[in-house]
Amino acid sequence: MQNIIAIFKREFKGYFNSTIAYIFITVFLVLTGWLFFRSFFIINQADMRGFFAILPWIFLFFVPAITMRLWAEEKKLGTLEILMTLPVKDHEVIFGKFLASYAFLAVTILLSLPLPITILYLGTPDKGPIIGGYIGTLLMGGAFLAIGLFVSSLTENQIVAFIIAVIISFGLLIIGEQFVLFSVPNWLVPLFSYLGLGSHFSDIGRGVVDSRDIIYYLSVILFFIFLNMRTLEGRRW
Amino acid sequence: MIRVSNLTKRYGNNAAVDGISFGIRKGEIVGFLGPNGAGKTTTMRILTSFLAPDEGTAVIAGFDVIKEPLELRKRIGYLPENAPLYLDMGVLDYLNFIAEIRDIPAGERGMRIKKIADLCALNKVLKKNAYELSKGYRQRLCLAQALIHNPDILILDEPTAGLDPNQIIEIRELIKEIGREKTVILSSHILSEVSATCGRVLIINEGKIVASGTPEELSNRATGKEKIYINLKGQREAIETRLRSMSEIASFRVIEENGGELLKYEIESNGDTNLNEALFHMTVDNRWVLTELRKEKASLEDVFLQLTIGEK
Ligand SMILES: Nc1ncnc2c1ncn2[C@@H]1O[C@H](COP(=O)(O)OP(=O)(O)OP(=O)(O)O)[C@@H](O)[C@H]1O
Ligand SMILES: [Mg+2]
Repeated sequence: MQNIIAIFKREFKGYFNSTIAYIFITVFLVLTGWLFFRSFFIINQADMRGFFAILPWIFLFFVPAITMRLWAEEKKLGTLEILMTLPVKDHEVIFGKFLASYAFLAVTILLSLPLPITILYLGTPDKGPIIGGYIGTLLMGGAFLAIGLFVSSLTENQIVAFIIAVIISFGLLIIGEQFVLFSVPNWLVPLFSYLGLGSHFSDIGRGVVDSRDIIYYLSVILFFIFLNMRTLEGRRW
Repeated sequence: MIRVSNLTKRYGNNAAVDGISFGIRKGEIVGFLGPNGAGKTTTMRILTSFLAPDEGTAVIAGFDVIKEPLELRKRIGYLPENAPLYLDMGVLDYLNFIAEIRDIPAGERGMRIKKIADLCALNKVLKKNAYELSKGYRQRLCLAQALIHNPDILILDEPTAGLDPNQIIEIRELIKEIGREKTVILSSHILSEVSATCGRVLIINEGKIVASGTPEELSNRATGKEKIYINLKGQREAIETRLRSMSEIASFRVIEENGGELLKYEIESNGDTNLNEALFHMTVDNRWVLTELRKEKASLEDVFLQLTIGEK
């Protein structure tokens, strides 16, 4: 546990040591803020449905940018050789890194809280979907992060890590979308819709937090963390 | 302290390390010497449990690299090739991070870091970021990282690569100082380096140990093939008939012929004989004029060249 904390702290501080982190946060807030106020003022809707509908597509690019450095940079710099010869277990390093990127994502999302507060102040929205939306955001974000973290362990090139993570996340995101579900054979529809990263998110976004949706996201997270453990072992065998 | 047997690591069809076996006693400073691509780094990576061997075993301080890597890692300090560092981290932050993972209690960390910073002469740069450091300081910081938990065993991959001569001497002194109470393995291409710091040398080539011994033993071994250079005035056929008849001589060749009169020969001896005396008597007996006689004792460098390139 102490090791996870040590690695977590180092990685989390690492985000704020680089100006890129601040640029990310700014871009994220400006983008989401703009999308939000557009629907708010133009369509005159006092809810966050538009915001949460677009969020998976923002995460598609935003999260791989958060995770791309986690392993690739260590490989590039050669620091992996020190890290993996310290008395730490593989899974401690993975969880430390995963939780640090999670915390960074959470901070960013936290900074978007003025949006719902504004809505609560200006109108009387249904609180359920907003709270559900934020829970869903954290769960879905975790799944995107686990994918990105795993992909980062495959290469020493951060740009490659970014692109592959976007591609895999994109694949998992669109298989649950309506237009894909219409075009696949009927027997595949339940499977695709179950596997889609976004379908569970919209379920939760309706304000009903179903345990199946939570289990889905936790499974995706654990699956990619498991793959990540395998790539680390692969170095050794 | 370190027991390695039949260690093998392949990359594709290429064996980077090819059935290496050796033992190292507590307190020894051992040098891995070998040309680029010899397998020094790969061997060290296996010893530090960064890589797993395809075959063979390595046991360090009683712990097997495959079965008990965590216990093993606690007892080793490792300086990888090129001294990798988190460039965006502060020096003090970095040492704190390593100390934390190395399980040094929070109350002792400050003291420990201070001690290590003194030992590695890092005090001037403690407040800087790693990317601001010169190569020499990066090397020291990485060495400090390897020493902070006071390990019994140090594995240093090219600890002086890329340093200026002053820094090389300082780091060597530091290694010798540390080596008084620890077991040290270091690697290098530089012969003078291993002979200056190490009690024993393993010469590695193409994944195999081709020679081992103290620096003196290795250069003595090569004296069996000592070379003598002579400059003579005399008749060529007569000289060469005489040289051929001497049993002490393994081979000879003319390296320069000056106007038919002055001849320069390179002569290789057969073994531990007193060849220069025999040559001197030969010239006197035949009334040839000897203008120069120079003996060249094989250096560690020759051993190295013979073993690593000469074989091809
Ligand atoms: N990750 C890898 N993939 C493929 N081949 C590798 C890998 N690492 C090392 N090798 C090969 O293994 C051999 C030994 O490499 P190693 O780095 O151990 O040599 P070295 O003695 O440390 O050389 P140098 O003095 O240049 O540091 C080389 O032929 C190298 O090309
Ligand atoms: Mg090397």
